[in-house]
Amino acid sequence: MALEMYLDLFSQPCRSVYIFAKKNNIPFDLKTVSLLEGEQYGEEFGKINMMRKAPAIRDGEFCLAESIAIMKYLAEKYKTSDHWYPADLQKRARVNEYLSWQHMGIRMHGSKMFWLRLLIPKIMGVEVPKDKMDGALEDLEGSLKLIEEKFIGDKPFIAGEQISLADLVAIVEIMQPVGSGLDVFEGRLKLSAWRDRVQAEIGKELFDEAHQGILASQEMVKNMDSSKMQIFKPKILKMFL
Amino acid sequence: MPLELYLDLHSQPCRSVFIFAKKTNIPFDFKFVDLATGQQYGEDFGKISVVRKVPVMRDGDFILTESVAILKYMAEKFGTSDSDHWYPADLQKRARINEYLSWQHAAMRAHGSKVFWFRAIVPIITGSEVPKEKMDSAMEDLTLSLKVFEEKFLDDRPFIIGEKISLADLVAIVEIMQPVGTGLDLFENRPTLSAWRDRVKKELGEALFDEAHKTIMHVDSLPQTFENNGMLEFLKPKIQKMFN
Repeated sequence: MALEMYLDLFSQPCRSVYIFAKKNNIPFDLKTVSLLEGEQYGEEFGKINMMRKAPAIRDGEFCLAESIAIMKYLAEKYKTSDHWYPADLQKRARVNEYLSWQHMGIRMHGSKMFWLRLLIPKIMGVEVPKDKMDGALEDLEGSLKLIEEKFIGDKPFIAGEQISLADLVAIVEIMQPVGSGLDVFEGRLKLSAWRDRVQAEIGKELFDEAHQGILASQEMVKNMDSSKMQIFKPKILKMFL
Repeated sequence: MPLELYLDLHSQPCRSVFIFAKKTNIPFDFKFVDLATGQQYGEDFGKISVVRKVPVMRDGDFILTESVAILKYMAEKFGTSDSDHWYPADLQKRARINEYLSWQHAAMRAHGSKVFWFRAIVPIITGSEVPKEKMDSAMEDLTLSLKVFEEKFLDDRPFIIGEKISLADLVAIVEIMQPVGTGLDLFENRPTLSAWRDRVKKELGEALFDEAHKTIMHVDSLPQTFENNGMLEFLKPKIQKMFN
């Protein structure tokens, strides 16, 4: 039985898993889960992942959630090139350091920006108050600064000379606010140069394929039926408590 | 030269690193970074880590932040076949541990920390209790995380990956203890969680567990420390942001 991957490419961690599997020619059955339509709350998906989040994989009897756990599992199982998750103790530690930091470091801020700029105005029918937007932007900018200065520094990639899971996870998260119309690369030469290197390593075609959906979000969200998105209201109200 | 571990045991990730190093007999120099006085913002610590957080590990020239990365580094570098259970080579067991370690950042850790701040720190800084709806919302999130923990991560297993304790249990217990330090008994009416806590304590050794948690279980001295070190003024804008 083939590896099943439950993905929605609007989701950053789904993109990293998708790109990793494709880049490394790992065969899989793509099972699309439409998050904005609430498919993660269905009965079938609940059996794959009771936390009702994507990505999730099913490998025979073994179900696994969390993109970072999934990619490490795939890297080991399919014996991908060492540079993705190096065996060298210190290089691996650098990759782990980024993968740990990024959850609350960039992921949270980039995701928030996407919600504040696109989804919340659509679902709630009002723009987000300026002070909240400014606060969120400040957090995002702080994160990007740290990525440039500490994690990339003067290296081509986060772990050194070669691309790794850290760069892959970083780029998909940074692309999320970009999808909401915020050009985070403007004025950031180091980040832009790193992005170009990462894109070249992944391959422009694969990178673009994975990001097609998120980059068309502004248009897509505009045309969505907001009455079908009311399940997200409680989550949004909580964000503003 | 032994490892240097820059720690403050008020911090959950510092506790997991401390406990692991002690439990597995890894020699280290304990370098105290006094968070309550803002030492992490000083010039000296800035040379260790620009992120200005703890824990930090220094192994010779190699400086590493992020407890999850530090724990894995130590497990790999100093591990033996007997201690393999902390971070097993078995593909699926390791994946389960990674799954927990990934999930917990934005779930157990975030929610436990928030409840801790709301109960122990914010009232000192602002001079008043956190508004009820905010506190209720934070407690709701923590309750849900604990439910997911009991139902998915523990289920009917003694430890997260099965028969043996691992890094996942260690990281879990220190995070759950944070709000407990403010007087909130999260184990009450949670028999699965309590039984697991007892097993974890036994594996780590009660003396070590208590030593690591002494600081967090006695946070009453924080108000005076904050006042003495200008932390009240420093933390005010940060708190304001939390409520924006």
